[in-house]
Amino acid sequence: MTSAMEIYQLLPKTNCKKCDESTCMAFAVALLSRTKQCTECPPLMEEEKYIDSRQKLETILKPLEGAEETGLIIHEELCSGCGNCVVACPVNVANDPYGSGKGFGPTNGKVIFRVENGKVKAANIEECRRFGKDRILCRACIDPCPTEAIEFV
Amino acid sequence: MTEPITWTCTGCALLCEDIQVFIKDNRVEKVEHACLKGKARVYRCKHTAISTVDQDEVDVNTAISQAAKILEKAKNPLLYGWSNSTSEAQVAGIELAQTLGACIDSTSSFCQGITINEIMNGSVPSCTLEDVREKADVVIYWGADPMSSHPRHLSKYSYFPRGELRQRGYEEDRTAICIDITESRTAKICKGMFFSIPPGGDAEFMRALMDGLAGRVPKLSYDFDVKRILELAAVLKKAEFGVIFVGLGLVYSIKEEFDLISEFMSTLNKFSNFFLIPMAGHFNMRGFNHNLHEKTGFIHRVAFTKNGPVPGVEYSVVEQLKHGADAVMVVGSDPLASLPLSITRRLKDIPLILVDPCSNLTSRVADVTIPCGASGIEVGGTAVRLDGRKMDISPLIRGNGLSDEMVVRRIMEEVS
Ligand code: SF4
Ligand code: SF4
Ligand code: SF4
Repeated sequence: MTSAMEIYQLLPKTNCKKCDESTCMAFAVALLSRTKQCTECPPLMEEEKYIDSRQKLETILKPLEGAEETGLIIHEELCSGCGNCVVACPVNVANDPYGSGKGFGPTNGKVIFRVENGKVKAANIEECRRFGKDRILCRACIDPCPTEAIEFV
Repeated sequence: MTEPITWTCTGCALLCEDIQVFIKDNRVEKVEHACLKGKARVYRCKHTAISTVDQDEVDVNTAISQAAKILEKAKNPLLYGWSNSTSEAQVAGIELAQTLGACIDSTSSFCQGITINEIMNGSVPSCTLEDVREKADVVIYWGADPMSSHPRHLSKYSYFPRGELRQRGYEEDRTAICIDITESRTAKICKGMFFSIPPGGDAEFMRALMDGLAGRVPKLSYDFDVKRILELAAVLKKAEFGVIFVGLGLVYSIKEEFDLISEFMSTLNKFSNFFLIPMAGHFNMRGFNHNLHEKTGFIHRVAFTKNGPVPGVEYSVVEQLKHGADAVMVVGSDPLASLPLSITRRLKDIPLILVDPCSNLTSRVADVTIPCGASGIEVGGTAVRLDGRKMDISPLIRGNGLSDEMVVRRIMEEVS
C-alpha cells in the first residue's frame, strides 16, 4: 500500500509552501487522502529536475484516482472472482443473510460486494463499517482476499 | 435488460449452481457470481475445432465414418478422456467400448480415481458439500490449493459461509488447516494453521499425526516442530464435524501406499468425526467413475473382454498409450498437453481420433478430428460434483454441431 512517506520522498522536500501546506510532508498526506493533487505543487510541475519524480508520483497515485469516496480501491486485474470478500463482508451478510451470508451469489442489490464477469464490483460503499459514527477498523474483505486485490487508502 | 438464466458452472467439479447468465441473441452478455475460471469457461475456445481426416477439412459425416473404420479395424482400441463430458456422453462411451471390446479409461486414472475408489467401496467416510457448509468446524486442505483450482470452494462451502451449526462463520466457528509443500494461496488464508512439509513428506506426517492422536510422541525423519503436530492433533480431536479435502499433492505423494489413507481415517475417527472429499478437477471426472462403476463394478482402467469387463493397471491410459493400444479415441481431453512425452510419444504412430469442441495440441497430430458442442455451454445433461452429488447441467446457448454423446452414438451405429 502506498504510504505518505513514499510520496514524500518524491516531492521537492524544500517546504516552500507554494502548495498552501506548511510542509512537503503535509502535502504528501494531502495527496494520499486525495484532498490535493500533484498539479498543486508548482516546483514539481515546472522544474526540469523533478520530471522523474513527477512521473513516478503519477504512477503511484494513479490507483488512488479510482478510489471510492471512502477510500476503497479494487485492483480488478488481481481479482480471481473467488467471492471470499462477498461472503465475508459483514454488510453483505447483514443485508443478504441467506444469499451472500450462506456462500451464494448476492440475491439483492443491498450488498457492497458482488462478482460480475469474474471480477468483484463494489456498490453501497457508504454502508461500509469503516465509516459513519460507529466505525470500526474492519478488515473482513481485505484479509480473506487471496490476491490482495482490495485495499483502503 | 433481459432476465438472467440460472446456470450450473462447468468450470470445475464444484459445479456452482447459482450462476446468473444474461443472454441476448444467443450470445452471453454478462455472467454473475461465477469466478474468473467459470467466466472463462463460458467463452471456452479460442479456436473451435473443425472436422478433419488426415488433417484435411472434411464434412462431419466423413470424419465420423473414418473414426468408425479406424476403431473397427483396431484389435486393441482405447477410449480415453471423458472428464469434460456429461454423464450421458460417458455412458455412450462405455457402451461403445463394450461394443468394440475396447479399453476405457479417464483422466481420473492418474488423478483422484484412487481416492474416489476408497470412498465408493466404503473404506473411508465421505459427506456432501452442503454438510460441510452447514456443519463443518474443522477443514483440512491436504496437498490441495482450492483457492487456485476451485476458486469458490472456501467462499461457497468450506470456510467463509455461515451454516446451520456455524452461525458465526469463519471468524469464530471454523478452523481451516492447510498441509502442503508450498505456501499456496489457500495456505495464506489458513495463516497460523499452515503446516509446511517437505516434498514426499506426507506419509510420514500422517503417521506422526496418528502418533499424536494416540498420545505417543511423534517421530519424523525431517525437521519439524513436534509441538505443532501435537497441537494439530488436539484440534482434530476436538472437532465436531471435520473434513479433509484430498488434493493431488497428497495423492501423488502417497499413491504407492494409499491404504494409509483409510488407516489414518479410522485412527482419526477413534477420537473424532472426520470425512474425506476428493478435490476432483474437471467438472465431471467423478461422473465417469460412477457411471463405469454402475456398468462394470469398476471405476476406471477397464478392458471389455470376451469374459466381460476386467479391471487392471495394464488397462490404464498410461500403460495403454505406452504399449498396448493400436488406436485411440480421445474425448474432451488434450493428452499431448497434459501427459508427459514419454507416455504420449506413440500417439503419432497409431491412429488417433479426437472429439472436442476446441482445437488443441492433440488435434494437430490427430488422424481424425470431430468437433462437438461444449458440455454445459451448448450441451446439457447431468454431471457428478466432486462430493458425489448428481447435478443437472443445462445448456446456455444453441450450438450448431452435434453433442459429444451424439458423435459417440453415431460412431456406434456405424461399427455395430
Ligand atoms: S471494510 Fe468491512 S464493511 Fe467495509 S467493505 Fe470491507 S468487509 Fe465490508
Ligand atoms: S476476495 Fe479478492 S480475489 Fe476474491 S473476489 Fe474478493 S477481491 Fe476478488
Ligand atoms: S468455482 Fe468452479 S464451478 Fe464455481 S464458478 Fe468457479 S469455475 Fe465455476
